Amino acid sequence: MKILVTAKRIPDPTQKLKLKDNAIDLGAANWQLNQFDEYAVEAALRLTEDGANQAARLGQVTVATLGPADVATQLRSALAMGADKAIRVDAKDEALDANVVAQTLLKIVQRDQPDLVLLGKLAADNEGNDVGQRLAALLGWPQATFACSIQVTDGGKALVVGREVDAGVELKKVRLPAVVTVDLRIVSPQAVKNGRTAATFSYPEGPRYATLKGIRAAKDKPLEQTTLAQLGVSAAMKTKVLKADMPPARQAGKKVASIPELVEKLHKEAKVI
Amino acid sequence: MGNILVFLEQAERRLRPAAFSAISLAAALHKANGGKLFFVLIGDSVADAAKEAASFGADGVFTVEAPALKNCLAETYAPIVARIAKEQGVSHVAGCATAVGKDMLPRVAAMLDAGLAPDVSAVLSAKQFRRAAYAGNALQTLEVLSDVVVVSGRQTDFPRAQPSGGSSPVTAVAPGSIDALGAEFVELQTQKRDRPDLTEARVVVSGGRGMKEAKNFAVLEQLCDVLGGALGASRAACDAGMVPNDLQVGQTGKVVAPDLYIAVAISGAIQHLAGMKGSKVIVAINKDPEAPIFQVADYGFVGTWEKALPELLAELKKQKSA
Repeated sequence: MKILVTAKRIPDPTQKLKLKDNAIDLGAANWQLNQFDEYAVEAALRLTEDGANQAARLGQVTVATLGPADVATQLRSALAMGADKAIRVDAKDEALDANVVAQTLLKIVQRDQPDLVLLGKLAADNEGNDVGQRLAALLGWPQATFACSIQVTDGGKALVVGREVDAGVELKKVRLPAVVTVDLRIVSPQAVKNGRTAATFSYPEGPRYATLKGIRAAKDKPLEQTTLAQLGVSAAMKTKVLKADMPPARQAGKKVASIPELVEKLHKEAKVI
Repeated sequence: MGNILVFLEQAERRLRPAAFSAISLAAALHKANGGKLFFVLIGDSVADAAKEAASFGADGVFTVEAPALKNCLAETYAPIVARIAKEQGVSHVAGCATAVGKDMLPRVAAMLDAGLAPDVSAVLSAKQFRRAAYAGNALQTLEVLSDVVVVSGRQTDFPRAQPSGGSSPVTAVAPGSIDALGAEFVELQTQKRDRPDLTEARVVVSGGRGMKEAKNFAVLEQLCDVLGGALGASRAACDAGMVPNDLQVGQTGKVVAPDLYIAVAISGAIQHLAGMKGSKVIVAINKDPEAPIFQVADYGFVGTWEKALPELLAELKKQKSA
């Protein structure tokens, strides 16, 4: 199976946000791979290996991103996890929106013909949650969003995807090629069944850490540098963030000394019971 | 100034709670943009829900029915919404940012070559919207630059609309050729609950990792029963298998904004705070006085849940009967 995975960089979510000129100040951002994309990389690796013998690759995983030269750092970290190759499409962060990203991925998919595109369900900075769905529409492919499990079925021609929906988990079958966006539970020990790894095999919880060997190997793996023009992308932005600001901070309230005091405060002061 | 088309979710012949929030979003868009307002319902049997939708003052309600449309698939629903949008000269397509809306509306946006304003909390003008980002730590003013605008609204920020009376004309629209593109609904794994919907409840009682095991949630359920509230949980509690995943409150999971949110044995990771910071009154019960949850709580009690909850239950019952 040939898989294309997206790898967006985002500022460390635990870093305190600062504003500058009505925008989030990214000058001092500690960039890291979007956690949901990191999990998509992990899912892609689990789909293309025998869990018990990970050295023998059973498929190909390509990670792609858009951004300035230093986003190569996040691509290298995905390569160090085990991805086979990477693509960086040169772009300024401020010239990107969901439409431009989806249109760019469209061109890459048309060129490289993967069987599956795996994306994080959202980037934890902008929280748009729309690139995968847009891409699926542009390709005319089926989509399975918010995946918490993936099972390869029909001799590798389809997937049964568990989707986290409002009322529980929906099982949806999609014929390949398809677009799948992943939720956090996709990295639980038995979430991905590729049909070749023994069904009883359990992964450790969470995405794998890059090994020293993996980090060294990543330096020699192919990292293609290309541009929107070379890919033939002429898409324009359809949305623009005009400004950002901070919501009013919630004040820490008071500690109550006893439960009867709590109930009295909720009744008489807050008037919510 | 074009017309507005709003997708309303229905299930079992009724509008889903999210549909009433979508109608509130529709009203805000209509005020900002003008034009005609249409609703669209899709499914295998939507006549009753459409009748319900007809009492909110829209210029028309479209129904699209076919057995193959029983379950919502983005592959089959999105082309129908996009086609009706084109037929009706629509400048705005909208819906609620539920699992269904988040799945389908971006697909509609791409089909209409339109920008999407996702998960908005307010309508500033026909093209500008407010929305939360960075796990609720930043607010954005987002402008849609395309002629057609697709908007999804955050359910907790658009209160349930009230019927305005009157009766909008209901028109059946042919589904056209339905092509699921090789996608297929298999099944929904769900648990029926008697309690109010998490996203709608006036009171939410949530438990975290510190609840230790599934059976300890029984005491939280008793609290829910006394308060008429819904049960929620942190990601850690869901991951540990104490409660089903669809009870998760947070950046992944559900965003809630009840009048009263009680967080029990929840430390307060950014992830979790993003899903409940909009609550009117927050109570935290945690044995660790340094837990970050206390920084957003209006009332904090430092203590173990084992000791605090039985007492809280007794006090609430006493309070109720007083």
